[in-house]
Amino acid sequence: MRPTRLPPSFGLGFKREHFADIATSKPELGFFEVHAENYMGAGGEPHAQLEALRRDYALSIHGVGLSIGGSDALDANHLARLKTLCDRYQPESFSEHLAWSSHGGEYLNDLLPLPYTDATLAAIVSHIDEVQHALGRRMLLENPSTYVAFESSTWSETDFLREITRRTGCGLLLDVNNVFVSSTNQRTSPLDYLREFPLDAVGELHLGGHDAEELPSGPLLIDSHGAPVADPVWALYGALVACTGPLPTLIEWDNDVPPFPELLAEARRAAALVDRIETREAEASAAEVAFFAA
Amino acid sequence: MPPEPATQAAFRAAIFDGAPPVDVTAPDPSEAARRFAVYRNNVVHSLIEALRRRFPVVERLVGPDFATAMFGAFVRVHPPRSPLMMEYGDRMPAFLETFPPVASLPYLADVGRLELARGAAYHAADADPLDPTALAEAANRAPEDLRLRLHPSVHVLSSPHPFHSIWAMNQPGATPHALAGLGTESALVARSGLTLLTARLTAPAAAFLTALVEGASLAEAGFAAGPDFDPAEDLARLIGAGLIVGAD
Repeated sequence: MRPTRLPPSFGLGFKREHFADIATSKPELGFFEVHAENYMGAGGEPHAQLEALRRDYALSIHGVGLSIGGSDALDANHLARLKTLCDRYQPESFSEHLAWSSHGGEYLNDLLPLPYTDATLAAIVSHIDEVQHALGRRMLLENPSTYVAFESSTWSETDFLREITRRTGCGLLLDVNNVFVSSTNQRTSPLDYLREFPLDAVGELHLGGHDAEELPSGPLLIDSHGAPVADPVWALYGALVACTGPLPTLIEWDNDVPPFPELLAEARRAAALVDRIETREAEASAAEVAFFAA
Repeated sequence: MPPEPATQAAFRAAIFDGAPPVDVTAPDPSEAARRFAVYRNNVVHSLIEALRRRFPVVERLVGPDFATAMFGAFVRVHPPRSPLMMEYGDRMPAFLETFPPVASLPYLADVGRLELARGAAYHAADADPLDPTALAEAANRAPEDLRLRLHPSVHVLSSPHPFHSIWAMNQPGATPHALAGLGTESALVARSGLTLLTARLTAPAAAFLTALVEGASLAEAGFAAGPDFDPAEDLARLIGAGLIVGAD
């Protein structure tokens, strides 16, 4: 398989309305990430922009429509489209989600949850084997934001992901916002989740914003990708990279997207946080660092 | 023993109608339905948003609240069959033609067809314009022996309603006004380089371009356009926009 990786630096999700800003200012960034499905048309502006972006930056192609966690077979046409896209742009990384989105030929356009059982594990392992074989590359699998749980689950999410990596050799995309959202919603500790996470397999981190509702039992957080990264997610990120060292980190912002300079400022904030940690000035997260090291 | 896992068929059915499937739970199980509703909202809301992006003028013509309900009805009848949101909504014009609440807007479906054509043109394959030497060579051939290939983004649409005028006066910055006539209209949608074109066509020009798209010779296309049609101006516009990409 092709050895590919993103630089351990900061990236942004690419939005077409930011293209002119990026083309003229050529900001210093580690990489850009695009949603695969937006570049599956035949031609026109999307490919013209992606070709230009590719010349200057490392690229992460992030799929949202493959339904790897689906109980149906993978969509062979969609897998072929992903192969065409990866062959054309040779991204440093391809990633998808621990979730399902298609059933019975219908596509539901959301990352839906699944129980973690021996049977779903076997199905996902088989799908990831199929993807990695078809694309001729190692993929990363992203942990989800969840709002419910399943009584039938017999695996913890972290053990489930570890077993997937062990059986398939795939890497993981660790979305720190999803960790915070899911842990808050499941009334568990996000730091415990990170301590149990197979960090050796992580090839990329995601940071993004979330919305909040209030339930009688406490907060219900919703992954929105439409807001700045929340303070507790920054703290979690700081604690994480203090333990792992710098990792490729993406700022995800897909809805109500701000002007490019504001997005760039979020990436710079992440970079500054990592700089502070590297120079041992991260007093704010020192307690959590100790917690991790324990 | 843990229960049998919820099937994805049951989960999918519950997204559109009703209570969460057994097996779905939460730390406080009494909140499972409220939490499950997040998925329902995400699915329906994201699909309605995809349709809004594809049909901005249809939305404007009925208003945002009406559009939310109308697109929501479409989502339930025609959920996507593909993960490509750029293709979602192809059945919208046919849906609008039979959706009773918009029966008083008979032009709405054709405005939707125009917006679909713009989406298709935006994503259509790239093709280089025929170079001047090849164009000059083609110009010397007999019209009955010349078949011009148009850019893959070219769409010719016609309607018994003034759909292009309605579309144009509902663009950002334009002001809707009373239409002088309510007759038929034709339009060309294409991509010149990376720029989308949406231009009104006369009926003969629409017949001429439709014939070319269908592979007719220049002579046949001229015949389709009628005896009074002079193709020179339309051909010059096609060449100027880089929409002639081959000559056979």
